[in-house]
Amino acid sequence: MDLAVRVEKLRFAYPDGRVALDGVSFAIAPGEKVAVVGPNGAGKSTLFLHLNGVLHGQNEGRIWVAGVELTDQSLRQVRARVGLVFQDPDDQLFSPTVFEDVAFGPLHMGLPEKEVRRRVTQALAAVGMQGFEDKMPHHLSLGERKRIAIATVLAMEPDILLLDEPSAGLDPRARRNLIQLLQRLPQTMLVASHDMRLVWELCPRTLILDAGRLVADGPTAVLLQDEALMEAHGLEVPILPPAPRPAASIPQTVAAVWK
Amino acid sequence: MKHSFLDRYREGDSLIHRLDPRLKLLGTLAFILVVTNIPAQGWPAFLLMAGLALLLVRLAEIPLLEALKRSSIALPFAGVVALSVPFTRAGTVLWQARLGSWTLSVTDAGLALFLSVVVKAWLAVLMSGLLVGTTPFPQLLKAMRALHVPAPLVSTISFMYRYLFVLVDEAMRLQTAREARSVGSGRTVWWRAKVLGGMIGSLFIRSYERSERIYAAMLSRGFAGEIRSLEQLTWQRRDWLAGLSWSALLLAAFVLGRLISGGE
Repeated sequence: MDLAVRVEKLRFAYPDGRVALDGVSFAIAPGEKVAVVGPNGAGKSTLFLHLNGVLHGQNEGRIWVAGVELTDQSLRQVRARVGLVFQDPDDQLFSPTVFEDVAFGPLHMGLPEKEVRRRVTQALAAVGMQGFEDKMPHHLSLGERKRIAIATVLAMEPDILLLDEPSAGLDPRARRNLIQLLQRLPQTMLVASHDMRLVWELCPRTLILDAGRLVADGPTAVLLQDEALMEAHGLEVPILPPAPRPAASIPQTVAAVWK
Repeated sequence: MKHSFLDRYREGDSLIHRLDPRLKLLGTLAFILVVTNIPAQGWPAFLLMAGLALLLVRLAEIPLLEALKRSSIALPFAGVVALSVPFTRAGTVLWQARLGSWTLSVTDAGLALFLSVVVKAWLAVLMSGLLVGTTPFPQLLKAMRALHVPAPLVSTISFMYRYLFVLVDEAMRLQTAREARSVGSGRTVWWRAKVLGGMIGSLFIRSYERSERIYAAMLSRGFAGEIRSLEQLTWQRRDWLAGLSWSALLLAAFVLGRLISGGE
């Protein structure tokens, strides 16, 4: 079976000369859920923009997606296989209604109308947002918009999902629902996040990027508990929630205060 | 809801709500064309047009007072634009005033023209308000596309509509941030102007950066220079009936206006 993603010595500098990716190489097997962590400016978002070819043609190094090398010819094919979910759903949802937004990808893949409608229904069902077709994005909550943003990509039936900060800005319940949704989805996933709890729960494997270099690649359970490594790259070892305080002790405290 | 001043659509299930958006768009344009072509003396025609507009407001189940209030926002603009008209037309002088060596005189023909301009503006705004009040904006966009309005124009209007709300949110956040840091009222106008300039600049840069991200999002979903969409509009029997009666009524008003002014 082909690797889902293979990146070899990817190097990219922005037009102002700032090096965003400095020789990054890794490979991901189909079905893997992999976290990409690192401080702001480490190159996570830039890496994602490369993997689906938005920044294609300005880099050195090679990229393969599902066995197909990313070239000018394969660009559109690769984009259809890789779904990129942006951090801010307002960037992703640019159509006046939910239906039109979810249909945008399938329509631009040139699918017939019946298939487009089937995929919209299916994608909205997959993120639990059936019945929202005619809603306008500015009438939805952030959590709802995040789900729709994921649906816009699922409708293209990609093999690989790239998620940029999926939990940013969500309240705890919306975040919990989102993690459960992502755990259910069968696609190969790359998740860029500062949310170490999400990484811990969702991704068995982690890549650490810092200043455009891949500094670590290994099991999440090992990397995230390596305090020296994490702190060297501007990260924190996540704290698991402390055991809840015994209920009996609380009234005593309150009583003490009231006396 | 803080966006309500932007979103004029009212939920409803009236006859007007259910008509095809293409018909409503064309009907509104036809109404505006006819009303702007009625000569200043054609008062019965204006009355007929106003009657038609108010009938539609009633059919759309929009409270009359609200429709009048909303459409009246256009009056000051039309009034200011047409302000010079009463003074510059030849005719019977109704009123005169001397300002030093200047003489201002209001004529009857000038006054009639002034009033007709204001009424035309008001009716046009009333009907446009009715259109956006009874048609969800996405439907209007679909109608434009179906009527072959140039695609770049429709896309521009579509993005404008979508991101107006995002921009208003951003502007409000900037304003809150300014309020939070400007303690006391002892600031000068100059200082306020400078802060406002900074806010506008910041809003512009944010929008510019956002546009790049949106473009990347479009590219990554297969966009290759042409926006595609599915049309779901269906022209029904009631659309034919409504369209034909509307055309007949507009034509009647137009002819009435011409007849009264004696083919001037």
